[in-house]
Amino acid sequence: MSILIVPAILSGMMMGAVYALVALGLTLIYGVLHIINFTHGSLLMLALYVVYFLNLHLGLDPYLAIPIVLPLFFTLGYCLQRGLIAPMSGGSEQNVLLITLAVSLMIDNLALYFWTSNTRSADIAYAYDTVEILGALLPLGRVIAFAAALAVSPVIWAFMAFTRTGAAIRAVAIEKRGAELVGIDVNHTYAICFGIGTACVALAACLLFPTFYVTPQVGYTFVLVAFTTVVLGGMGSLPGALIAGLLLGIIESLCGLFLGESLGQIGIFLAFILILLFKPSGLFGKRAGS
Amino acid sequence: MKFQSWGQCALAFFAIAYLAGVYFASSPIWMGFSINALIVTLAALSWNITGGLGGLSSFGHAALYGTGAYASAILQVKYGVNAWFGLGGGIAAGAAMGAFIGGLAFRYGLKGSYFALVTLAFAEVLRICASSFEWTGGGSGLQLKLMPGLAQLQIIERPWIYTGLLAVVGLVMFLTGLIKHSRFGAYLIAIRENEDAAEALGINTYKIKVQAMAISGAFGGLAGVLYLQLWLFIDSTVVYGSAVSVEALIGPIIGGAGTVWGPLLGTLGLHLLGEGTKSLLPNSPGLNFVFYAIVLICALRFLPQGFVGFAARFGAFNKKERDDA
Amino acid sequence: MLEVRHLSKTFGGLKAVSDVSLDVPEGSIVGLLGPNGAGKTTCFTIIAGFTKADTGHVHFAGQDITGFSPHHICRLGMIRTFQIVQPFVGLTVQENIAVGAYLHHPQRREAMAVARDVGKRLGLGGMLDRPASALTIAGRKRLELARALATGARLLLLDEVMAGLIPSEINEIVAIIRQIQSEGHTILLIEHVMQAVMSLVETAYVLNQGRLIAHGTPQQLVADPEVIEAYLGHGAAARLQEGHHA
Repeated sequence: MSILIVPAILSGMMMGAVYALVALGLTLIYGVLHIINFTHGSLLMLALYVVYFLNLHLGLDPYLAIPIVLPLFFTLGYCLQRGLIAPMSGGSEQNVLLITLAVSLMIDNLALYFWTSNTRSADIAYAYDTVEILGALLPLGRVIAFAAALAVSPVIWAFMAFTRTGAAIRAVAIEKRGAELVGIDVNHTYAICFGIGTACVALAACLLFPTFYVTPQVGYTFVLVAFTTVVLGGMGSLPGALIAGLLLGIIESLCGLFLGESLGQIGIFLAFILILLFKPSGLFGKRAGS
Repeated sequence: MKFQSWGQCALAFFAIAYLAGVYFASSPIWMGFSINALIVTLAALSWNITGGLGGLSSFGHAALYGTGAYASAILQVKYGVNAWFGLGGGIAAGAAMGAFIGGLAFRYGLKGSYFALVTLAFAEVLRICASSFEWTGGGSGLQLKLMPGLAQLQIIERPWIYTGLLAVVGLVMFLTGLIKHSRFGAYLIAIRENEDAAEALGINTYKIKVQAMAISGAFGGLAGVLYLQLWLFIDSTVVYGSAVSVEALIGPIIGGAGTVWGPLLGTLGLHLLGEGTKSLLPNSPGLNFVFYAIVLICALRFLPQGFVGFAARFGAFNKKERDDA
Repeated sequence: MLEVRHLSKTFGGLKAVSDVSLDVPEGSIVGLLGPNGAGKTTCFTIIAGFTKADTGHVHFAGQDITGFSPHHICRLGMIRTFQIVQPFVGLTVQENIAVGAYLHHPQRREAMAVARDVGKRLGLGGMLDRPASALTIAGRKRLELARALATGARLLLLDEVMAGLIPSEINEIVAIIRQIQSEGHTILLIEHVMQAVMSLVETAYVLNQGRLIAHGTPQQLVADPEVIEAYLGHGAAARLQEGHHA
């Protein structure tokens, strides 16, 4: 058994990097807008379909689709926040939660209607080429995703730290009123932030697709894992999300190894419940639970 | 259950007229559809106790519904218990699950979105467990033996199923009205409006919230058991799936959260819409949920108190009071 | 009736309350005064059980209630009100008061009768069937008092019931507080406007930066240089003295 543990941990980390990438977007949105965004998983699913169709009809490689999908989803996220979520919620926290739930229901079920519940995946020749690391054979696609996820976090961090927009986002996150008073367009900043979060999800989709599949339900599984990641990492903490994502990937992989494939995810959800109960501020968060 | 306006009376009248009309339509499709709607109404009434009266919005009421259904099915299939005891067991199990989830979540002070998320996670854990263990029938679910007759709570004649469900829904609505106008109900509403102020007034808010979850669990468990007795089959997706949780919360919010009639009106309205979609666009899986979502968004924006609150504006009996129904 | 001994509470390095002791005899009206941020409300939240003190004890009616939960303390007969009035907006005025009355009257009929009675006594008779959201600020302050009284509490901790009111409304609420006292209740009230309570309280404690700096009758307190400095800043007492001599 112990000979299987190292490969299990490594392959868990590869998946965990994707979780981290999905969660980066979610935690960014939470950290600034203070909303729990249920649409996140659905947007991932949608991005996976876009990548799939680009590949199917135009023969576009998923990695080459990044320059198309990223701006597309940034715009989509921007419009979703500015055009639907903000105006319809009237500012109440409970309403925002319900509206994002409703939007995700809408996206999921429209996908079901148009694209049926069939599982689809692409035949990408090199995706399952393997790389040997520490004696474990890992799919190349996953290793690329892992590397990319690690690379993206510092980019987002640098964006937040060194650009004007990043400064505006940080200002709005800390003190909305004050930011408004010094002339920052809060609604615009919120939407930008939502757009960046959505772009993160689109990037995750491009990196995930070569070694994964897509169905209309796929978002739901991911959104729960992403919530867990965000809560474990500390709501709104970017490095927290990264580490928590890797950790959860490992937990899932080990649970799968010891309890059987079908119970793999249960480790994640149990972790979720335990964190919410005992340490809702997460590993790296400053914010209290309620 | 007091009406405050002619508008609300009209709403209730339409609902009753529709429910009575089902008997005369002699359409098995309408009957079957209405039977489903009534079971969902029970789940919605269950959500309404915590989510509506107590402001404790759960996104995982399937945890209660599914636990009721599974408890009864396991008792009957694995231990050969009579269905009526299974019913009791299911209600008790639902209440226990509610108290357990509430007890944990409220002990650690979870509120708002955090409470919503933790309930969702519980439902998901239960779903995965139910689909993984042999004791719960694993992936293939649990099937009751066909034993028609009241002795095993297996009624075959649709009009009788419908009548029975109407009676149960009526009973639960009556109980909701009693709760709402009791000390317990006033305490729940006080907690919803302002928990600190409620605590200062001598209310043991933790106890009240856990009790509310237990009552909600009993109603939810009841709904799950009746679903089982109707279809004689359950599996993890059907009773622990997110669709159950979503339907349980949309109905009351659209109809009027925290009101006696809201869950019924909202659920009937939604299901009529869903059925309309189905007849206009056959073979369109999921499309009804798209419309549910649109209605939910519109209701949140334009009808903050749901149908019942909206109807209160028309022909109010007493111009002074409009806040209660 | 209420004895507070050596209460201290620190919030992340800030001494919000330090070594506060005070007594409220039965049947009296006692003031807890001090400038903004002096730690008055923190004292209240500790006494009423909403926050745990780091050290110190609270005795109420001869019983040590340190660490009891707020609802337990209320059940024993001590209740606090909130500085920012918090009506239950989904309920009518009478139902709001009934939430308090339910504590010792589990039946709706009785609780509503008690609520009606208390509401009338506090001048809310005409508003009983209106939603609580329809009340003015002054009305909400009365509602807050009515809800507290309806629990049957013997000791009321009132947190700035006069803040935000115009002078005529203050006079009304002073009269109501007197009336409540004459009915046998004991009152500890927080105020940062000293003038408003001078005529009302028998004795008062003055808090500044978490410490008790003075205790006495209102007349003694207004002459106390330390109290004047706490309110008006360092050196103010001396300047006032000079002013008097000139």
